[in-house]
Amino acid sequence: MRVATLASEDDFDGWRAAARTLALAQVAPHDVVWQVGERPADLFGDEASPDAAPGAFSVPRPFVDLARTALCHRDPERFALLYTLLIRVRAQQGLLDDRADPLVQRIELMAKDVRRDMHKMRAFVRFRELAVDGGETRYVAWFEPDNHIVRINADFFARRFATMHWSILTPGLSVHWDGTALAFAPGARKTDAPDGDPLEEMWKTYYAAIFNPARVKVGAMTKEMPRKYWKNMPETALIPDLLAGAQKRESGMIETAHADIGDNARAAWEALAGEAAGCTRCPLYGPATQTVFGEGPVDARLMFVGEQPGDQEDIAGRPFVGPAGQLFDRAIAAAGIDRTQVYVTNAVKHFKFEERGRRRIHAKPGAPEIDACRWWIDQERVLVRPAVTVALGVTAARSLLGKVVTISGTRGKPITLPDGGEAWITVHPSYLLRLPDKVQAEEEYARFVEDLKVAQARVTATA
Amino acid sequence: MAQLDTRGKLAILADAAKYDASCASSGTSKRSSAGKEKGIGSTEGMGICHAYAPDGRCISLLKILLTNSCIFDCHYCINRKSSNVRRARFSAEEVVNLTLSFYRRNYIEGLFLSSGIINTPNYTMEQLVEVARSLREDHQFRGYIHLKTIPDADPELVRQAGLHADRVSINVELPTVGGLKRLAPEKSADRIDGAMREMKTSIEDGHDARKKYRAAPKFAPAGQSTQMIVGADSANDGDIVTKASTLYDRFGLRRVYYSAFSPIPDASAILPLKRPPLMREHRLYQSDWLMRFYGFQPKEVVAATDADGMLPLDIDPKLAWALKFRETFPVDVNLAPRELLLRVPGLGVKAVNSIIVSRRWRALRLDDVGRLTVSIAKVRPFISATDWRPVTLTDRADLKTHIVPKKEQLELFAA
Repeated sequence: MRVATLASEDDFDGWRAAARTLALAQVAPHDVVWQVGERPADLFGDEASPDAAPGAFSVPRPFVDLARTALCHRDPERFALLYTLLIRVRAQQGLLDDRADPLVQRIELMAKDVRRDMHKMRAFVRFRELAVDGGETRYVAWFEPDNHIVRINADFFARRFATMHWSILTPGLSVHWDGTALAFAPGARKTDAPDGDPLEEMWKTYYAAIFNPARVKVGAMTKEMPRKYWKNMPETALIPDLLAGAQKRESGMIETAHADIGDNARAAWEALAGEAAGCTRCPLYGPATQTVFGEGPVDARLMFVGEQPGDQEDIAGRPFVGPAGQLFDRAIAAAGIDRTQVYVTNAVKHFKFEERGRRRIHAKPGAPEIDACRWWIDQERVLVRPAVTVALGVTAARSLLGKVVTISGTRGKPITLPDGGEAWITVHPSYLLRLPDKVQAEEEYARFVEDLKVAQARVTATA
Repeated sequence: MAQLDTRGKLAILADAAKYDASCASSGTSKRSSAGKEKGIGSTEGMGICHAYAPDGRCISLLKILLTNSCIFDCHYCINRKSSNVRRARFSAEEVVNLTLSFYRRNYIEGLFLSSGIINTPNYTMEQLVEVARSLREDHQFRGYIHLKTIPDADPELVRQAGLHADRVSINVELPTVGGLKRLAPEKSADRIDGAMREMKTSIEDGHDARKKYRAAPKFAPAGQSTQMIVGADSANDGDIVTKASTLYDRFGLRRVYYSAFSPIPDASAILPLKRPPLMREHRLYQSDWLMRFYGFQPKEVVAATDADGMLPLDIDPKLAWALKFRETFPVDVNLAPRELLLRVPGLGVKAVNSIIVSRRWRALRLDDVGRLTVSIAKVRPFISATDWRPVTLTDRADLKTHIVPKKEQLELFAA
C-alpha cells in the first residue's frame, strides 16, 4: 500500500507528480491511498517514496484538461478515480472519446459539476465596497462554492477586475488581488466580509423593476439560480414579496385595461377588422372572396355567433345577409330583439365551399379552421364583452366553448364563459331552412324564437 | 411632482425596458483588462447570467431606457405617447455611473441601452451613442454593450453605435405587416427592414476590413438581433417560424427573440388583452433551436404544427415532428449519420456528439446510450441499438400517450 500526500484539496501539480511516479512504478490503483495535508496516514500505508523508475510518459492533452478540472471536485474519491483513468488512458489511446465508458462518464460529470460551479461563482459573487486605511477602496465578497474552485477561478476575476483591489473570501480558501498579483490565503468566515453596501438598494430597485409580474416562472428561475446561492445575494431577499404581489399586479393591469377601453373600443374594432381583412391563418382565405368580419355596436350586450359566411355573405362582405340571415332577422324580430342593438359574427370568417359546376356549395368548416379563426372571435369578445352570447349551431358552440358539444345536450342551459359572460346554445337558422316537413319546421322555428327570447331576457336580467 | 433622484428614475426606466426579452451577453470578441492601467471589464465568449428574476429571465445586463418619453403611439408599448405612465430621463452621465458601479460589484456583464424616441430619431440616437462612447473612451469600459438603434437615424450615427457596441438591434415588433399597421401605426415594416439590411452591410464591411487590416475597428462583433411580440397579432406559429427564418437569412441575424405579449399597466384599447400561454413562447424558442442547431428547414417545423398552424403546447416541436414522420425511425445509433441522430427526440447536440465519438470504440447498447443522454425513456422508441429495436412502438397509434410526459412534469417553466 502506498500513500500519496497532496498539499491541498486542489493540488493538481502534486497529484500529477505523484501519479506520474506511481504509474512509472506500475503501482495498481487499488494499492494507492490519496490524502490531503497532514492527516494521519493510513495504518498500512508506506509513503509513496520517490524511488520511481526513471523516465517520463505523455498523455493526451484532453486528459490533462479534464483531470485539472475534475480534480477540483468535492468527491474525496476523485484522486483515485483520476489515477485509475490515467492508467487506463496509457493502456488504451482514445479512451476519453468513449463517453459511454462508465469511468469516463463519471469523471466527465465531475468536471461538468466543477465547470458549472465555476460559472455560478463568476455569476453570483457580489462584491461589497470597503473603505480601507489610506483612502483606498477594496471590494470584498463572501462566497460558498460547492467544490474547490477558488484557485482555478481566480484568473477570471483578475482579468475582469484588473484595476480594482478585491478579495473573495470562502470557507476553504481566500483570494486577494492588489492590482498586480493574486495571493491565496486560508479560508475565512462570513463575518470577515462587509455586511452591506449602500449601492445594494439601487441594485434591488433594478431587480424589482425588471421583473415582469405578468409572467411568473419560478421553476425557470430556481433551475438556474438554485436557492443555496440566495443567502449571499442581496436581491433575492425581494423574491417572496415580488411573487406574492405578482398575481394582484397582473389582474390589476387587466382590470384597468378593461375599464379604460371606453371610447377607444370603436377605433380598436376598426383596426382589428382591418387586420382581419388580410388574415391567412388557415387556407380558406385562398378561394374565398373576402373576410367577413362581425358587425354591430361594439358595446352590444348580446352577441350572436354563426357558423361561417355563405355564398351571399362572401360576396357582400357582411354576415347574416343570405337566406339563413333573413330567417334570423325574422326570428329575432319575433323575439323582440332590435337587430341594430346586437353584435353578429361567425365562428369562421371565410366562406368554405366546394365547386359543383358553376355553383359554390357550402362545406362544413373543420376543427383546424375553427381553431385557427378562434383568435378573431376572442379579440371581438374582448372588445365587445357581451353579457350574453348565443351560439347558433355546433360550429359556433365549438368555437365558443373550445370543445365539441351537441345541441340536444346543451340547449336551454346557461354556460358561464371564462370571461364571465353567459353562453346559450341553439340551432343555426339554416337548419330550420333544411327541414322538409312543414309542421316540424314551424315547431322548430317557434322553439328557436323561444330560445332567443330567453337570451334577451337574460340580457335584461343581467343589466 | 417631486424631482426624481437616480433611484426613482431607475425604477421607472428599468420597468419600461423589461418588455425587451434579450439579455444575452455572449458571442462577442474576447477582451480583458489584464495588464491595463485604466478601465475595467472583460468579455469571454460565454455570457454570464448574474441573476434571475422570478419571471425566469436572465439578468446579465443593466437593461434600461435612456428615457421613456416617446413621440410614437405603439399600442403594445407601455411607453407610448398616450400612456399615463410617469416619465423620466437619465443623463448620459447617470447611465455611465450606474453601469460602472453595478459592474464593479459583479452585478452585471454590461449595459443594454434603449430609448423612447424624443425630438427626432437622430437626436435620440446621438444620446444613446454618447453613453456608449463615454463608457468606452472616457472610462475604458471593456464589458458588454448592447445598443438599440433607431430605424430612421442617420447612418453615420448608426455606424458610431456599431463601433462602440458589441451588439446592435432593431425590433421588427410584430410578425405580420397587418399587425404592425394595427398596433404600431407610425412604424413601417419597410423602414425596419431597410435599417436591418443596412446594419447587415455595415457588419459585413467591418468583417472585411478586419481581414485586410488587423487594426481596423471592430463593428458590432456580436452582430445584430431582433424581437417579435407573439400573440398580439393574428400570426400563427407557422407564420412566425417562417418569418424568423426569413430574418435569419436576409439580415444575417444572430438571434430572433420571441416575447409573449404581456399585459402592461395602462394598456391601450387596441391591444388584445388575452395573452398567449407562456408555453407558446417556449415552443417557438425550441423550434428556433431546431432550425439553428438541428438542421431543420423552416418548412419542416411548419410541418410539425397542428392543422391550425400552431405548435402543440403539450409536446416539444421535435417530438411533434417525429410523431408525424414516424417512417424516419427507428434511427440506428451505431450507423446513422449525424443529421439523422439529431432528429431523435431527446437527443441533444451534445449527446449526438458523444454517440458519434463513442461508437468508434464500441457497438452501442441501450445502456451505453442511456449514459450519454438525459432520459433514455424518451429516446428509446425512436432508436435501435445492438440489443434494442422498438419493433412495435413507432407503429402504435397511442405512441404519443406513452412518451408525452405527465402533466406535472410537463410544466417545466411554470411556477
